[in-house]
Amino acid sequence: MDRNHLLRQVAYMKNSLFDQGYLDREQFTQLEELQDDANPNFVEEIVTLYYNDSARLIQNMEQTLVNRPIDFVRLEEILHQFKGSSSSIGAKKVNDACTQLREYCSAENTEGCSRTLQLVKQEHAVLRTRLETYFQMVREAG
Amino acid sequence: MGMATAETQPQFHVLAVDDSVIDRKLIEKLLKTSSYQVTAVDSGSKALEFLGLLNEEEEINSEFASFSPHHHDIEVNLIITDYCMPGMTGYDLLRKIKKSASLKDIPVVIMSSENVPSRINRCLEEGAEEFFLKPVQLSDVSKLKPHLMKGKSKENINGEINNNKRKGMEEISSPDRTRTRYNNTNGLEVI
Repeated sequence: MDRNHLLRQVAYMKNSLFDQGYLDREQFTQLEELQDDANPNFVEEIVTLYYNDSARLIQNMEQTLVNRPIDFVRLEEILHQFKGSSSSIGAKKVNDACTQLREYCSAENTEGCSRTLQLVKQEHAVLRTRLETYFQMVREAG
Repeated sequence: MGMATAETQPQFHVLAVDDSVIDRKLIEKLLKTSSYQVTAVDSGSKALEFLGLLNEEEEINSEFASFSPHHHDIEVNLIITDYCMPGMTGYDLLRKIKKSASLKDIPVVIMSSENVPSRINRCLEEGAEEFFLKPVQLSDVSKLKPHLMKGKSKENINGEINNNKRKGMEEISSPDRTRTRYNNTNGLEVI
């Protein structure tokens, strides 16, 4: 397969992720700029690290909403960590969903929190799939 | 990568403090890309341990025991720390450093994901050199150089140590993502 064709596909995929709002262009580009010969897989590594770490944080958030009484302070703490990591990798839609969740959390609105946490999970999962496909394509392009 | 060795180009050593594993990886890479030597730790207490600010009993058991003040092997030229951390916050860490005779001249930079003016001012007043909004970028890291150079010159020119702190820098309401120390004679800006 023609390498240039693959590279164009990689570029096309990346631009789609930016245009569709899944990834923050500035932040993701910054991560790519940090990739070098010493760390040729930096972006994929940090994204993998993010998904491992954030899976745990999502579980912890879900747990807070199961406990009674609901510890909204604790939920906010976990959310703060999760939102921070999501920003660091440029996970835009995930971040936006976190902002919504934070508002319901401040208002101590249980139903709102449950609903928006589901949205966070959804965006988190969708991005994961998109990025897996993207990194697969990056590897194929060599 | 560069050909500079330790002998030809003295490297600045930055201590990065952040409880987030992702942010630690990111700040470490940002600093290494900018040619700094990096040590990254996940808490304020680990940072203090590394810097040698320990109780004597703790020193013996600490993983950094070989780096105790008695050896003076470790030189840290700048500390960059997250603000929001469980236990000891970045602000707490800043205060402890500024209260320590041996550490107070090490420049400290604070990072935070939240743009809270009162928080920023408090840190700058307590002696932080800069306040970076997260996610931190390469352009932010490039702002560290003057603080590192200043730190180096302080070691050499004892008489000027106090004068450095009174030198003015840009005023607070810059639209920048970072905040630098203000000229003391201007006083606090009302927010």
